[in-house]
Parts: sequence; structure tokens; C-alpha cells
Amino acid sequence: MAEKVLAVKDLKKVYGKTVAVDGISFSVAPNEVVGLLGPNGAGKTTTINMVLGVLEPTHGTITVDGDDLAANRSRVLSRTNFAAVYAPLPGNLTVYQNLHIFSLLYGVKDIADSIGRLLKRFDLEKFRNTKCGVLSSGEQTRVGLAKAMLNDPHLLLLDEPTASLDPSIARDIRAVIRDFAAQGSGGVLWTSHNMHEVEAVCDRVLFLSHGKILLEGNPKTLPQEQGKANLEELFITVAREPLSLETL
Amino acid sequence: MNFTRVFAIVLRQYYLIRASFSRVLPLFIWVAVDIILWGFLTRYLNSVALSGVNFVLAMLGAVLLWDFFIRIMQGVTMAFFEDVWSRNFLNLFSTPILVSEYLAGLVASSMVTSLVGIVVMIILASVVFGLSFLSYGIVIVPCLLVLFMFGIALGIAASALVLRLGPAAEWFIWPIPAIISPFVGVLYPITILPGWMQAVSLALPPSYVFEALRATAKHQAVSWLVLLASIILAAVYILLACRYFIATYRQAVRTGLIARYSAESLS
Repeated sequence: MAEKVLAVKDLKKVYGKTVAVDGISFSVAPNEVVGLLGPNGAGKTTTINMVLGVLEPTHGTITVDGDDLAANRSRVLSRTNFAAVYAPLPGNLTVYQNLHIFSLLYGVKDIADSIGRLLKRFDLEKFRNTKCGVLSSGEQTRVGLAKAMLNDPHLLLLDEPTASLDPSIARDIRAVIRDFAAQGSGGVLWTSHNMHEVEAVCDRVLFLSHGKILLEGNPKTLPQEQGKANLEELFITVAREPLSLETL
Repeated sequence: MNFTRVFAIVLRQYYLIRASFSRVLPLFIWVAVDIILWGFLTRYLNSVALSGVNFVLAMLGAVLLWDFFIRIMQGVTMAFFEDVWSRNFLNLFSTPILVSEYLAGLVASSMVTSLVGIVVMIILASVVFGLSFLSYGIVIVPCLLVLFMFGIALGIAASALVLRLGPAAEWFIWPIPAIISPFVGVLYPITILPGWMQAVSLALPPSYVFEALRATAKHQAVSWLVLLASIILAAVYILLACRYFIATYRQAVRTGLIARYSAESLS
């Protein structure tokens, strides 16, 4: 059996008396897209920040390709990357300059080729020398995704990557992410509030509520297993009446 | 230490400065203003004073070296502030970069940007006011080294303070050189200070630099042992500043402040 791309074990984050993430364990396999779902404040972004090494867990371990994040932070993060709507790249640098700097930070080998390929893939060639701060939110999201692909990561973390994209571009981006997962040996952890998107993209979903994993399964069959019509209805139930569900 | 990642921090600063006149101007404008102000003042003092002291060498030289120290310190903090202003911590610290590499990048950025100010300083001072740093002799080398090292130490400590207290703490940083300057005796001997101020000045490496410069201007002997001790003292400050920055960074990762830096605090 192939080694898990991401393995999270008994992960917990406590702020004072508030438990943001409460001992969750999950994994992402090679070529798998896992959806991390849940209402606002469920602990999704806290979990992603811990996997990114910018937030120290109170308890638990995170390993990427079997490598412990706490022990080998730099090596693990060289195989990881992320994109999030709340983390745009510096607006006072051009698209090329930002990608150049992050290429150096991630140790990308053939920088000019990699940037050229990603500018083409995300339809950003015409913005190559445009400052990121003057791009539309959708264009900035695409630049963030290009940055996230720079180091051809084994683990790709995407926090609502299509939130500010129009439906046409969002569909293209979903296809790019699916291709990424299918072609290489990488895995994707994806958060989204768009349940149709989650159903189309994710191989498996984890429902988070109050910092705990409430449900886990195939997004196409899980709603029926829980007696719900679709994923959106299941999401609403998780958000409003989590105790009514048959939990893990 | 991965020098490619250090270079990335320097390159970021180069890209920003190259594209922005408002970033280029401060590299030399305040140095130029100080030289003109103090240059004419010292020239005037030379013409009226009966003591025979060369004020250009004694005072203008000291002011320029103090400016050098300020450029170095602000070079570090300005490079750090670029990440604060562009809310870049989440993107930056989720890369493989180590804190030591980030700090090395800030220091290297400061060295490059300070060089611009120093070149302007040397040209203006020598062409307009006839001040040659060669007049100080070889003693200028350890003096510049001490000011460089202490500027780096204060720049790192100041950045750590802003990292700890949030973007609004930026205003704490700008007056630091002005607060220190009375204690280090840029323009007067330490001996005229009251006892408690002299005690403080003993702990500040630049004090020994300006004492040495005044001694040189008066053709008196300079204690190389004291200058060596001030280099060691400045090195200790760099170590302490780095430890403070690393501890602050770790605290910010523990509390989650790095990921939500614009909130300033998580309470």
C-alpha cells in the first residue's frame, strides 16, 4: 500500500478555554482529493494552518510522505503548497516577480520554464508584468493557484480556491486540480462551501463540526447514507443539528 | 543555511525599490540633508572657534557615522515592514524558509540599501565639505564594523518587537536612534553626562566608537582593546536580538498570530 501523502493523528488546538480542533485524525492518499467541509468556525482553516506549519498544534502529529512536520519543517514544507483567498500574494509586486521569489523560496529548479508553464495553464500570460494588487479577485486567485503549483507539491492545500471565480473559470480550475491529483503522486486537501463543486471534485469528504470530524465518506453516497437528499442538505444539517447525525 | 532562500528576500527588496521612487528617495535623502546641515554648521564653527579643533572631522564625521548606523538599522526594519504592509507572513512562513534565513535576508537587504546611502554620504562629504574618511586612518574600520553590527542587532530586535506587538507598533521603531543618541555621545564626550547616563552608555557599543573618533580628531591615542571589546559587545547584541526574534516568532506560531497577523493580537 502506498504511503499516505498526509497523515494527521490526534490533532488538537486549544486557545485558552476554546477548543478549535479537538483530536482529529485523517489522511490523504496519493492521487486523492479530500474535501474538508464544515460550517464557519468548524476548525477547517485552523487545521490547514497547522498542516502548513504556521500554527503549532497543542497535541498530535502531522506527517507528509511519512516525514514529521514538527521535526523536519523545512523539508516537509518544500513538498507542500497552498492557496487561499485570504492569503493573496503581495500586491506591490508583479505576477512574474511574485512567482520568481516564491520559486526561489521553494527551491524550484527550472524557474523560467516553470513560471512560463503555469502562466499559460492559468491563463495569466497577459498579466505577467502586472502588479498583483491591480488584478481582479479572480485573477489574484489564479496567481495564488499558480504559486501553489510552483514546486509541484506532493500535498496541495486549497482553502476555498474557487470562491471568487466565475463559474467558467471555476470549472477550468477544478479540471486543473483534478489533473494535478490524477497525473502525479500528490494529494489534495480542499475546503469549499460549494457542495456541487465538492461532489464533482472530491474523492472523499470529512465533515467537521466544533473541531471534530463528524462524518467521513464518498460525497456521492454519503448524503443517502445519512438520509439526506444531497450534500448541501447534509451540510446544513451538520451546521444546524450535528447531534441528529449518525456520527463516526 | 540555504542561500537561494536568503537571496529571495533580497530580490524581493530589489524588485520593490526598483519600481518605487518613494522607496529610492529615503535611501539617501536624509543622509544628504544631514550632511548639508551639519557640514555648514561645522564649517561655521571652524571659522569662529579659537580652540583649533577641526569640527568637520570631529562632528561632521560623527554625524555621518551615526547616519550610517541609522541606515543599517532601518534597512533591516524596512525590509521586515514590507512583509507587514503586504500581509505576507502566511505565504512566506508556509514556505521552507527558516527564520535564520529570513533574518539573513533582511540583513543582506539592509547591506545593499545602506550602501547607496553611504556612497552618497561619502561623495557629498568629501566633495562639498572636504571630509575624507581616510583622515581617521585605520581606526575607521572597527568603528564602521561596530556601528554596522549594532545597527543589525537593533534592526532585528525592533522587527521582533513589531512582530510581537502587531503592525501598529511600527511607530515605536522610528525614534529608537534618537533615544539612543544622547547616551552614545555622538557630538560630545561621554564624560559630560551624569553618572546614570554614563552607566547606560557603557553598555552601548557606539559610545566607544565616538570616543575613538574624537580621540583621533584630537590626535590622541585610541585604545584598540576597547574597540575590540565593543565589537564583541555588538556581537553579543546580535545574538540576543536573533534569540529574541526567534522566540517571538515561535510564540506567534504557537498562538496563531503569524496566520492572523493583521488582527494584531488574538485576544
